[in-house]
Formats: sequence, C-alpha cells, structure tokens
Amino acid sequence: MSITSYNGSALIAMVGKDCFAIASDRRLGVNFQTIACDFQRIFKIHDHLYIGLSGLATDVQTMHQRLNFRHKLYQLREERNMRPETFASLVSAMLYEKRFGPYFCEPIIAGLNDDGTPFICTTDLIGAKQLAKDFVVSGTASESLYGACESMYKPDLGPDELFEVISQALLASVDRDCISGWGGIVHVVTPNQVITKTLKGRMD
Amino acid sequence: MECLFGFVGDGFALVVADTCANQSIVVQKTTEDKITCLDSHKLLGCIGESGDRVQFSNFIQKNMNLYHFRNGIPLSTSAAASFTRCELATALRKAPYQVNMMMAGYDKRTGPCLFYLDYIATLQKLNKGAQGFGAYFILSLFDKYYQKNMNVEEALQLVDKCIWEIGTRMVASPANYVIKIVDRNGARLLARRGRNMSPNLPYAKIS
Repeated sequence: MSITSYNGSALIAMVGKDCFAIASDRRLGVNFQTIACDFQRIFKIHDHLYIGLSGLATDVQTMHQRLNFRHKLYQLREERNMRPETFASLVSAMLYEKRFGPYFCEPIIAGLNDDGTPFICTTDLIGAKQLAKDFVVSGTASESLYGACESMYKPDLGPDELFEVISQALLASVDRDCISGWGGIVHVVTPNQVITKTLKGRMD
Repeated sequence: MECLFGFVGDGFALVVADTCANQSIVVQKTTEDKITCLDSHKLLGCIGESGDRVQFSNFIQKNMNLYHFRNGIPLSTSAAASFTRCELATALRKAPYQVNMMMAGYDKRTGPCLFYLDYIATLQKLNKGAQGFGAYFILSLFDKYYQKNMNVEEALQLVDKCIWEIGTRMVASPANYVIKIVDRNGARLLARRGRNMSPNLPYAKIS
C-alpha cells in the first residue's frame, strides 16, 4: 500500500454565502485494521481559520504541532491572527522545505477573511497551492469526493444548507472507500459562530 | 510473534504483554518484562526490535524522572505520551525506533487513560487497543466483550479470553504473559499468565 493510504482519510471544504464548512472522516487505521473512530484531522488555528490534514497520521500530527507553533509565534510578534492567504503560503513554504523528504500529508486550508468572505485552498504534499472558489477535497477518497461535491454543490448556500450538502457529499463518498469513514465531523464557520456536528454514517 | 494490548476499566488501566524474548527461531528468555513503569502512575508497554525496545523505554523513563526532578511535579499521562511521540517523530526521518507501544497512566484529575503509539509516531488516545500480530485476534474480542467501567475481575476474565485466543489461533504464540495495572494507588504488577494456565474458562481444554 502506498504511504499516503496507510492510515486512510477523507476531507472536504466548501464555500457558502459568508461562511465555509470543513468536514472530515474519523477513522484511524493501519492498512486494513481500524484502530480508532475518533481521530482528529481538522484543527483550529484561530476562530476564523481551520486546517484539515489528510494522509499519514504521524505527519498530520507533526504538521499540526509545527503550524500551531508558527502561528503562536506570529501572534506574539504581530499581535493579531494570520490571514488565511498568509497561512496558506506558510503551509506551502513549510511543505516545500522538505521537498526531497516530504511530509506525507495534503492539507486543506479554510478560513474567513477580515471582510467575512470565505477562502479555501489545498496543497499537495510538496506545497503546490491551489485556490478554489467552490470546494476542495483531499484524502484517499478524493476521486469519489470530487464527483459527489461536483454534483451536490451550489454557490451561495447558507450555513444550514451548506452543512447538509457537505455532510451528504462526505458520507456518500466514504462509503465507496474502504479505508476512510467510520463517521464524520463537520465545522460550519460564520463570522459570529462555529457550529460543530458529528455525523453517524456506516460504521464499517 | 509479540503481543501487547491494554484497556481502560473502572478507575484503572491494564496493560498486558508477552514475556518471550526470541531471536529468530530460538526462545532466549520467557520472563522478559516488556512493560516499564515510567513513574509511580504510568506504564509503558513496548514491543518490537529488542535493542530499540529496551533503549527507548529506558530513555523515556529517565526523561520522565528528569522532568520530575527539575520541576517538582510529574508529567501527566497525555503530556508523557506527547513527549514520547515527539521523540519518535524526530527520530523517524533519521534513525527510526522500531517499537510499538501502549502507554497507560492514572492522573488525579482525569482518571485512567490509555494511548496507542505506533512506530511511526502515530498517537491516539483509546479505551482499548492492541499492537503486534495478536491485535488481529484481540481487537475482535474487544469489540464483542469489552464494556466501559469493568471491574478488575471482569477485566482479568477478558484478558484470559484474549490470551486463550492467541494461544489457540496464532502460530508461534508466546507462552507467558505479564499483566500490569495502574490506578489510584499506582502502577504495579497484577498477575502473570501462562498460555495453558488460563483459569476458569468455559472452553474445553485439549492438551
């Protein structure tokens, strides 16, 4: 099995009207053996910025620790939070630093700009940044996720409808991938609040 | 064919490991203790490459000691697990430690907890987990028979079921096991088991 499909993962981020949603599956596995059903792949950087990391679980945890560290230093120096574009560039640079011995994770960055407009982007494991206007996906189930998101997505959805769309897309896709799934977690972020919900899907 | 498993019960956490030290086809020792007491209220069960296993678990134990010495208070279990993960992750791309671990501990505020630590530094807090080839058999038994808040007697019965299953169904299964417990009163040896000595089982024994 390839190194990026050793642990299994599925991640989506979608843009709505003045809000965004980011969702992931919850399975942690070792090849075909399931170890846990509550693995955290989406991390909060600050109130309006979330990063989801797919791929090898150890690199997910290492990247999260390093990014948290860099953002906290930035907060101490600049006395403010990082903007999503800046953070995306930071992630890209950190990944490219390891160009010839990379971290085997593919992040999804989702945030709200200061004026409330949502921002999403994804990079590959060596930091090639790709912005998007509608949705980004990552993980072992990414082919299914692209199809599900493309058919279910509509622009300018409110927070409740966006939650429905992203949840259905995630659950439909992970059912077609044996190494991701075992439930899901969705964060819907608006300028004033974050709504976090866990999904119960097929627990296999 | 090493086995390491553990689970959390009512106010305690249990770690079970086999005690066989093998070198290719030879059983060198049947009383090798693979579960280290990191401090008064933490256990680290460690299986894998024998040199790395001994060196790494001692290294972590001494670092726990050093922190306590410097700061006057011991590390919490989750902090200890996180420290161990960082050591593994740093060494991963230089000279990896080939050890799989289960760390159990008891903290006054949060109670007992168990952590799964892979050789590639994957860390996950769990209620029940297993490492090694034995995991293929034990995890299914856990799914069927594990319940939250078991007491020590029920926990030992579950351990016995697991040991019997490994002994019956796994080729070259280890002969002996050690069971250690950590609870409010500290980390200590609870029992030893031999593959053919598991008591009080409702299954027919074929010798």
